[in-house]
Amino acid sequence: MSNAEPAGLRRLASELTPTAIVCLTIIALAAFIAIFAPAIAPYDEGTILTNESFASPGNGMLLGSDYLGRDIASRLGFGIRTTLSVALAISVIAFLIGSAFGFFAAIMGGWTDTVVSRTVDALISFPAIMIALIVVSSLGSSFLVLIVTVAVIDSTRVYRVARALGMDIVVQDYIEAARVRGEGTGWIIWHELLPNALGPLAAEFGIRFTYAILFVSALSFLGLGVQPPHSDLGLMVKENMQGLLYGSFSPLYPALAIAMVTVSTNILVDWYLKSTDANLPEEL
Amino acid sequence: MVNSTILRVSDLNVAARARDGSMMPIVSDISFSIELGKVLALIGESGSGKTTISLAAMGYARPGCVITGGEVDLAGTSILSLDFPARRKLRGSDISYVAQSAAASFNAALRLGLQVTETPIIKGLMSAARAHEKAVSLYRELDLPDPETIGQRYPHQVSGGQLQRLMAAMAMICDPKLLILDEPTTALDVTTQIEVLHAFKKLIRERQTSAIYVSHDLAVVAQIADHILVLKDGQIVEYGDAEQIVHAPRETYTRELLAAAHVLPKTIPTKKPVPQAARHQPLLKVGNVTAAFGAKSEFIALKDVNLELAEARTLGIIGESGSGKTTLGRVICGLKAPLTGQVTLDGQVLAPSIRQRDCDQLRSIQFAFQMAETALNPRHTVGKILGRPLQFYFNLSGEETARRVGELLELVEMPASFARRLPRELSGGQRQRVNLARALAAEPRMVICDEITSALDTIVAKAILHLLDDLQKRLKVAYVFISHDISTVAQISHDIAVMRNGVIVASGPTADILKPPHHEYTELLLSSVPEMRTDWLDDVANSRVNTLKAAQ
Amino acid sequence: MNLTTLIAKRLLIGLGILFVVSLLVFVGTEILPGDVANAILGQGATPELLANVRERLGLNDPAHIRYFRWLASMLTGDFGTSLVNGRPIAEQLGERVYNTALLAGTTAAIAVPLAVCLGLICALKPNGPVDRVISTVSLTLISVPDFLVGIVLVSIFAVTLGWLPAIANLRPGADFITIARVLVLPVTALVFTVLAHMVRMTRTSILGVLASPATEMAILKGIPRTRILLVHALPNAIAPIINVIALNMAYLISGIVVIETMFNFSGLGRLAVQAVATRDIPVVQLTAMIFCTVYVLLNLLADIVSIAANPRLRYPK
Repeated sequence: MSNAEPAGLRRLASELTPTAIVCLTIIALAAFIAIFAPAIAPYDEGTILTNESFASPGNGMLLGSDYLGRDIASRLGFGIRTTLSVALAISVIAFLIGSAFGFFAAIMGGWTDTVVSRTVDALISFPAIMIALIVVSSLGSSFLVLIVTVAVIDSTRVYRVARALGMDIVVQDYIEAARVRGEGTGWIIWHELLPNALGPLAAEFGIRFTYAILFVSALSFLGLGVQPPHSDLGLMVKENMQGLLYGSFSPLYPALAIAMVTVSTNILVDWYLKSTDANLPEEL
Repeated sequence: MVNSTILRVSDLNVAARARDGSMMPIVSDISFSIELGKVLALIGESGSGKTTISLAAMGYARPGCVITGGEVDLAGTSILSLDFPARRKLRGSDISYVAQSAAASFNAALRLGLQVTETPIIKGLMSAARAHEKAVSLYRELDLPDPETIGQRYPHQVSGGQLQRLMAAMAMICDPKLLILDEPTTALDVTTQIEVLHAFKKLIRERQTSAIYVSHDLAVVAQIADHILVLKDGQIVEYGDAEQIVHAPRETYTRELLAAAHVLPKTIPTKKPVPQAARHQPLLKVGNVTAAFGAKSEFIALKDVNLELAEARTLGIIGESGSGKTTLGRVICGLKAPLTGQVTLDGQVLAPSIRQRDCDQLRSIQFAFQMAETALNPRHTVGKILGRPLQFYFNLSGEETARRVGELLELVEMPASFARRLPRELSGGQRQRVNLARALAAEPRMVICDEITSALDTIVAKAILHLLDDLQKRLKVAYVFISHDISTVAQISHDIAVMRNGVIVASGPTADILKPPHHEYTELLLSSVPEMRTDWLDDVANSRVNTLKAAQ
Repeated sequence: MNLTTLIAKRLLIGLGILFVVSLLVFVGTEILPGDVANAILGQGATPELLANVRERLGLNDPAHIRYFRWLASMLTGDFGTSLVNGRPIAEQLGERVYNTALLAGTTAAIAVPLAVCLGLICALKPNGPVDRVISTVSLTLISVPDFLVGIVLVSIFAVTLGWLPAIANLRPGADFITIARVLVLPVTALVFTVLAHMVRMTRTSILGVLASPATEMAILKGIPRTRILLVHALPNAIAPIINVIALNMAYLISGIVVIETMFNFSGLGRLAVQAVATRDIPVVQLTAMIFCTVYVLLNLLADIVSIAANPRLRYPK
């Protein structure tokens, strides 16, 4: 898979299926909401509109009110903004750290590779959620702690992928040809390795982004992630869980919002990777 | 009347499904027949469709391919009109297949004996005891070591040549009417190839089995085939019996194939050295080099190697796998540091590793790789691939680089417009030319060619060798030509060094090395190269048997 | 290197990892030792009282001494006292561990065989209708948050239909039917999550084996399909599948924490979350150690099974 050509944008566009188009639209919509939430949301995220908790839609509230009487629709918009930006920050940081170390280890090999890989192995031997719990128990859950912790955890997975990719590419003769020429390590990574790793890396970024969203939402759902009065999608689910018993669908909206973004991203990534599937003889 | 035609193929057509769903023909209108006990060779270069045809004879098409028309008749049964379960019944028992790579085709998790005997047992043709007995007798016939117990082993515990013979045993255990051999000796060393080929021939002859032998090597095929079918791009070029094809080919393509075949030249050429000013010292000198692998340097790859390469001459290094020839190339260009000894260029001692060498030294020794697919960065255009060494060594401006790239492409006989292409848009031969052009871009004193023609079709390889010669005359560049194929090396080298197990066993001018009396190993190598005559294999086998008898 | 030596090496590495895990858990939770004393005394903390408590609890000792004391007590079964309710942790532990084990065990018992079968079915006819449906469903399931599955299940079965309880209260000594009723929704939610990951990975592993030249050779020998799958493909697929299962234990653990919280289930996962929220450090340490140890041991086991299943390692040249 590492040497698969990341299809040129033109060729990709010609292979778009209806499903892929739908997913792209959803993601574009989510991005739009995230960026313009303060401008397009009818109310501010903290404004309490009514005394009635879990009111049904109406009176200017598109989706009704939440457990404190705030407008769910507006909070949803701000929630998307918070969740997506936190997840984006995490993914970008994790990606930069993980791929840098991963490619470096693949190219250097030997001791460097062993030391870094063993460290990462030790970190991965913790279930991710445990690390998060431990860190939050001692450092609290401010945005900074949250982002850094999840980014570090995630970077270990990115490291593994980048290193595997790098190792595949590094044994190719054209890397040797560059070495024989006398090229430096930095040049080799940037000019020879990266262009061949971009495709799979782009796919991996999509997966990491999804994972970050889910992880942060899960932590917020447990009460250990984003804290009130901020609006985070996972937090909103937690706050409004009671609503189910009163017949309100309020926890469902943020949960579905999360699902739509993550499912769309994953389907897109899957569509992108489709061409590497092996074929079986028709007889088997 | 006994019908003695075992296989009759009529108007066979096979097509492949492209990405957009359209069908592309890969084999068109193939018709031939095979009589009882005869061997038909399917000869062609890559892409000729020979494997596809041989698989279609079993009613099998690889994933993505479809048999779109024609008939395959095996002793009265029309295979293509059978459904899959019925075809399954014939496979293994009436028709058997010997694959190209035994290592990949044997299941790594199962014992060899189980894999060899399972077909007759599950088809109810033999009891387990009888199958085992038969397997052991086949192992004996094929000269496998420890025939009683070899079945207990796993595939990774036996050698490549032994695996190939085990595959033959697996194919023959049900006494099939037709045996299909798909390039069975291509992956083997020349010396092993002889033994395996001989074993196959004996096996087939004694049982009067009909066979299809697929190969690209005419000389090998001439030893075993009764008839030869020459294929190109999925179509029949020529058909005739082996003697006729080998000695009196009718078609141009067949003649080209014969001319490019890997056989020793009939007369040893004395290659004329390129006219040069006399020099006092050799261009390259390798002195007492020892190199090893492993954490504790326990795997010795080179033992006390001494070599000299003169300017504008070609030194051929020949050896089988494990001889250390590739390591030698890597030590010379600095990719591997030797344990002891040194490499000297023009009297100057070179640092053992690339990082320590200066720009000029790096420029002077260039390396060309075997597999052009992996030697060129798939994401770089030809222009970028050739341009980089120009910028790296000579700091040329953009305009000068473009001009020089055009000159380089011309040098290797490719149009300048190819600078815009990506490697995947080039053929194997074209990629190898770009490979060479890149090496020459640095204007080196010498180029190390590591098996650069081994992965190419014979006709394409011949053209590349021609090009190398041409370039040497024009640019006065020296070559270290590494290969396992002695016929190629003999054609192109001024001097030859023969390597075995990390040691140079014989070295000297080509004519000297190839003229008897030879060093024992050289003798073995030379005698293993098939000659283009059909009785060569039997001759060799007989002479070896006689040698053995005489030694007793 | 023969098999026993390889396994012994792996066991040693496993022990080493457990040691590192304990170190990291300790360091992670005790970065701010001041909190422990503060947490116990709460509002009424004067500087003298704080100093006193710190002295009593041995908080002023250097870090490594505290670490070894902690490790020793953990290994001898003295799990300390909860900061929140002052009672020995060991008391509450038994019931919680049992409950979580029940939840996890039931989930695994259902999910693992189901995943292998579904993965196999998908791999047999890749891109066929069945494969496409199963693959799309699993892709969707792994993309959605764990709690969404839980919410949907509760909305349908608890709120709308009222068949099953929305809260999973498991009293010790309850009879089988009650246990079953209580567990159905949580187990179902968990199974959906874990299943999806495993099906996809199993499918990929089996596809890899089925597309190999060795399988093509078996087809060309005329071996019937069932035999190819069971005798030829399966032995080569064992190692990758076992690795898949071990890898998915991480998802199981994360799922347990979320699902237990959602259903108010009295298990180890919810205990961990509560402990973190209340900064009950000793409980956090203990639950983290338990989860991590189980995870490490499972991976170790998977590793060893993979080695044992590889003939290249069982019978070296």
